[in-house]
Amino acid sequence: MYKYDNYDQAMVETRVAEFRDQTRRRLEGKLSEEQFRPLRLMNGLYLQLHAYMLRVAIPYGTLNSAQMHALADTAEKYDRGYGHFTTRQNIQYNWIKLEEAPDLLADLAEVEMHAIQTSGNCIRNISSDHFAGAAEDELIDPRPYAELLRQWSSFHPEFSFLPRKFKIAVIASETDRAAMKLHDIGIQIVKSDSGEIGARFYVGGGMGRTPMIAPPIRDFVPLDQLISYSEACLRVYNRYGRRDNKYKARIKILVHELGADEYKRQVEEEFAHMLEQGVEPPLAELERIKPYFADPSFETGLPTEIDRSDPDFALWVDTNTNPHKAPGYVSAVISLKPVGGIPGDASTEQMHLMAELSKEYSFDESRVTHTQNIVLPHVKIADLYALWTKLDAAGLGSPNLDTIEDIIACPGLDYCSLANARSIPLAQQISKRFAASGKTKELGELKLKISGCINACGHHHAGHIGILGVDKKGVENYQLLLGGSEAQDTSLAKITGRGFDEAGIISAVETVTDIYLDKREEGERFLDTYRRIGMDPFKEALYGE
Amino acid sequence: MKILTGNDLKSGAVVWWDGTIWSFYVNDAVDVRDQADEIIAREQSARRVNSAYSLEATCDEQGVRPAHIKDRVRALGPTVRPDLTLKPKDPTAMDWVI
Repeated sequence: MYKYDNYDQAMVETRVAEFRDQTRRRLEGKLSEEQFRPLRLMNGLYLQLHAYMLRVAIPYGTLNSAQMHALADTAEKYDRGYGHFTTRQNIQYNWIKLEEAPDLLADLAEVEMHAIQTSGNCIRNISSDHFAGAAEDELIDPRPYAELLRQWSSFHPEFSFLPRKFKIAVIASETDRAAMKLHDIGIQIVKSDSGEIGARFYVGGGMGRTPMIAPPIRDFVPLDQLISYSEACLRVYNRYGRRDNKYKARIKILVHELGADEYKRQVEEEFAHMLEQGVEPPLAELERIKPYFADPSFETGLPTEIDRSDPDFALWVDTNTNPHKAPGYVSAVISLKPVGGIPGDASTEQMHLMAELSKEYSFDESRVTHTQNIVLPHVKIADLYALWTKLDAAGLGSPNLDTIEDIIACPGLDYCSLANARSIPLAQQISKRFAASGKTKELGELKLKISGCINACGHHHAGHIGILGVDKKGVENYQLLLGGSEAQDTSLAKITGRGFDEAGIISAVETVTDIYLDKREEGERFLDTYRRIGMDPFKEALYGE
Repeated sequence: MKILTGNDLKSGAVVWWDGTIWSFYVNDAVDVRDQADEIIAREQSARRVNSAYSLEATCDEQGVRPAHIKDRVRALGPTVRPDLTLKPKDPTAMDWVI
């Protein structure tokens, strides 16, 4: 994985020193909260319901064991013994003290980590496929390009005060594991008919209060023009994106209002100008980056058969592993969704264990998924049983990937000052109910996503089943949505009808899954059945309409 | 009644105005009547509190209870981590929030 050069390290350390001084001035009263707030936000420090919350960037979700250990140490030293992995492949700490934040950031800088641009109207952490560099279906490893974009977007002076925040995802396979079309810019690495590798750009996607699927803007951008084209997309947005209304300031609104064709025309015009200006980084920089993402030394001639005599292990293998490009290896997914647990939370001890296991079994590498789990990307099939045994003993062996128990949930009203309703308790109750009923396996792939407010951090628009928490006269209320997807068949879920109270929404989820089991045809997922039969049978079961 | 809450500047901890200082306990909160703006301005200027605001609450023999669930969550702690709330050993604490 990528290693900082002296320039990267100096940038991060300088930022820590700068923030230390800003914090000192705030505590001494030389900066008001109004002056300090944008400065702390630029360093990922929010003020949430119970305390300061720090969001730490994990570029394209990739970590080495030293970094995972450092995240565990941070939880122990500066927080309350746990962290929360997020839907943008980052981690958040909920109980940070302002006076300790500079020391925390200095500790992270020692392992090449920071919280820069994890908040504010700038280009946020670049996300990617959590199986990048391992998946057997990918064209190339997208991470060198994600890293190039990270370097380009870090402290970019022109894009530090955009109309609104800006999120970019990069993938390199037909299977979308990064919700690519629901980003401000989604980049898919593709191969042209002539065999050349390039980038397909989707621009103007997003969730939030106005969910939109990004339309394709350009089918093929040569990779040596990737930054120039990205810059052109951003420039048009920065110039014409609305700054008068924060709810209409995302690029999706601009693309929608202009129309994709007109937006594209303006981008192409700007792109031609960018090519004349020569803003593309020298190819040598990309060539410098690429070796950091070279394959580890995969062994050959490894066994590919799995001893499935332990049924619990066999179930975990079936649900929590993904095919690997190297024979004899798989990618193993560590579920952070134990039955009744808090989605995405990991304790200090669990993070230390995952770090050790990544070192022992996965070439010192782990990944954070946008579905709030952890991947060990390169595990020998022969090591799987030993790995699973250790995970299971630590409560990390839940065999539930992509099932109704593998729920995405935002922190909700338990932690977030923006939330209207709690989301975590719903996730806990739903996973308990379905685990107890024994229906989880029978339901197969079923992605359930819960947000505690319209900002949609829990991706409810993209859930096969989505739940949105709202405030109904001071009481939590939950809307049910069906039919969303953030995979290659991206679609936006639709609201079933009037909302439910906490108990009602749990029963409603069970009702719609029962309809699915009753109506499904051979091989259909919940989503397939919904798309075939439509909303009406579900509404009838829910509301008698 | 109208009460005041905010966050401690250094730690970020949730605090409530008890008439003299900022307390961690909502039951210490007092009715500030029409003094909210004045107290907030003074206390924030002195850096004793951050992001303070006023809110409606009720008071009976059980104590002070903020009107909105968001403020009750702030007053107690995350309902999903009873061990991290101000009443980790009180099994009825969550009922008070909800």
